[in-house]
Amino acid sequence: MIWKITRWGGRLYTLFVFLVILAPLVASLIFSFNSDRFPSLPLKEFTTEWYLLTFTDPLVLEALQRSFLVAIPVGLLSTVLGFAAAYSDYRYSFRGKNLFNLLMMLPPTIPAVIMGLAMLSYLSRINLAGNVYSIFISHVVISLPFAMALIRLRLAQMDPSLEEAAWNLQANSAQSLRYVVVPYCAQSLFAAFLITTAVSFDEFAVAWFVSGLEETVPVRVLVFLQGQVSPRINAIGTVVFATSILLVVLAMAVSGVGKSIRPKATDQ
Amino acid sequence: MENILIEVDRVTKRFGDYTAVTQTSLSIERGEFLAIMGSSGCGKTTLLRMLAGLEEPSTGEIRLDGVLQNGLPAWERELPLVWQSLALFPFLSVLDNVAFGLKMRGVPKAQRHAQTWVWLKKLELEEFAHRNVAQLSGGQRQRVALARALVTEPKVLLLDEPLSALDAHLSVRMQALLRSLQRELGITFIYVTHSQSEAFSMADRVVVMSRGKVEQVGAPKDIYRHPANRFVAEFIGNVNIFKGRIEGLSNGVATLQTSLGRMTASIGDVSARLGAESDFFVNADQILLNTADYPGNSIKAKLLSYKFVGNMVTLYLEREGGEELKVTLPEPAYDSAGLKIGDLICASWPTVSAHLFPESH
Repeated sequence: MIWKITRWGGRLYTLFVFLVILAPLVASLIFSFNSDRFPSLPLKEFTTEWYLLTFTDPLVLEALQRSFLVAIPVGLLSTVLGFAAAYSDYRYSFRGKNLFNLLMMLPPTIPAVIMGLAMLSYLSRINLAGNVYSIFISHVVISLPFAMALIRLRLAQMDPSLEEAAWNLQANSAQSLRYVVVPYCAQSLFAAFLITTAVSFDEFAVAWFVSGLEETVPVRVLVFLQGQVSPRINAIGTVVFATSILLVVLAMAVSGVGKSIRPKATDQ
Repeated sequence: MENILIEVDRVTKRFGDYTAVTQTSLSIERGEFLAIMGSSGCGKTTLLRMLAGLEEPSTGEIRLDGVLQNGLPAWERELPLVWQSLALFPFLSVLDNVAFGLKMRGVPKAQRHAQTWVWLKKLELEEFAHRNVAQLSGGQRQRVALARALVTEPKVLLLDEPLSALDAHLSVRMQALLRSLQRELGITFIYVTHSQSEAFSMADRVVVMSRGKVEQVGAPKDIYRHPANRFVAEFIGNVNIFKGRIEGLSNGVATLQTSLGRMTASIGDVSARLGAESDFFVNADQILLNTADYPGNSIKAKLLSYKFVGNMVTLYLEREGGEELKVTLPEPAYDSAGLKIGDLICASWPTVSAHLFPESH
């Protein structure tokens, strides 16, 4: 009896959490198609006007382009560096390894505002603030831990004798990386690329500090909000959300997260 | 020496404070099937990994064909290994798994494939060539691992307990395959196992290891008949060990005083001293039941239990002092003896079947 109550309680609670998280997004989605200038009930007619207005605004288009221009290279570089860090952790033992791992995992634990401020003060000192490169650098720092964590998870499943077998079959360390370790991690590498791209595409606080006049989409959204309450916010928000969620879902699908994290029998 | 392929020369391997292999020397001949046997942690796998270059000896030398191997990275040695876990590449097809070694050597694609197909055929894997290794049965995966290691036509194949994951039936079939493959290729197989039956059924020579040291090297029959010491005898398992004090030495026969009375044992090439405490052993299949032929070496004992293994029966007898005596005999002999549990039996053996151990140090 009691376990039944707990189970239903748990389900209700989960449902409640999802509602709280999703409600603003759903509201934003609904109002993005509503012709009323103000987000209020009852709803008026259905319209795509806000989308048209948004995506004909050259500032938005420019920001969108810039967002992708930053997010994709960020995804690529974070994945490469994340793989290097995860592989170092897997293969080698060295002095200060724990410290190294801690340092690698640090960025997401730092409040975004502090991170943004720190990045701004450092990058401006080396004359790199206020341009696309500064966003790129900051986003790599923020995304890298996600890539490393994902790839590390996959490497942990790898039978250590797999790489030894490659050496044993005359593959030197570079070849064994190229022909054994990377193919083994292929799915998680792709997933890491998608996730880090999504992180960069979404990131606001740090980009706001370091971007200067080179706005990314989330920064543009804030600028919209500061000017006036425009229903275009809803349209742009819906697009940003859809893009990010698409990347994450894709990443989950290729990496098999959610199916099972246990090594398959085939890995034996 | 012409015929020596691999020389392990006073090799020691330490991991921190732990010494896995201690001052081990071993000469491995061209074309022989050598089994290295011992319980887990005896250093047999470490020794094999040092041969493959996956571990570096702390001291001592390893030579292949007279060429020093110390310091060579694994990929510059030609000592392919078959792993206990097989370590097949899960993201490659059977064909690509087998071709891997050739690809790493830069063999051109056409030649690579031709050579790979030869081995796929030899190990009856052609129909699986384009399958993923995950889709294969245990025995098929085993053959892929063998083909992958042999495709580069090495002089030596190292095997690390490759059959331990298979069921008994399949294991016996794979043993026959390995033995015939080794004869056909004429290359050296070095086979590490904890299983006496695998080692004894396949190997030309067996190395028994314990706690990082070689206890005995010899043909399976020699090890079985003449275990060099108490450890090997107990590991082989099919012997009865007695304790005694030497009271007389003459004509290659020692007379010993034991808790069960006076007994005799052949000395062999062991150096024995009068008055020394000494162990001796009798193989379980050398003991005769209820015959009055060997009055010097006979024991009265009660039949406790028995066990059938193949067509042999092992009887467990309880001696007067409560100690156990093991006797094996062929099933027909057991049937005709008409024994029942609880019967008092006279077990006896000739002096030539009892052997002194060298004094333990």
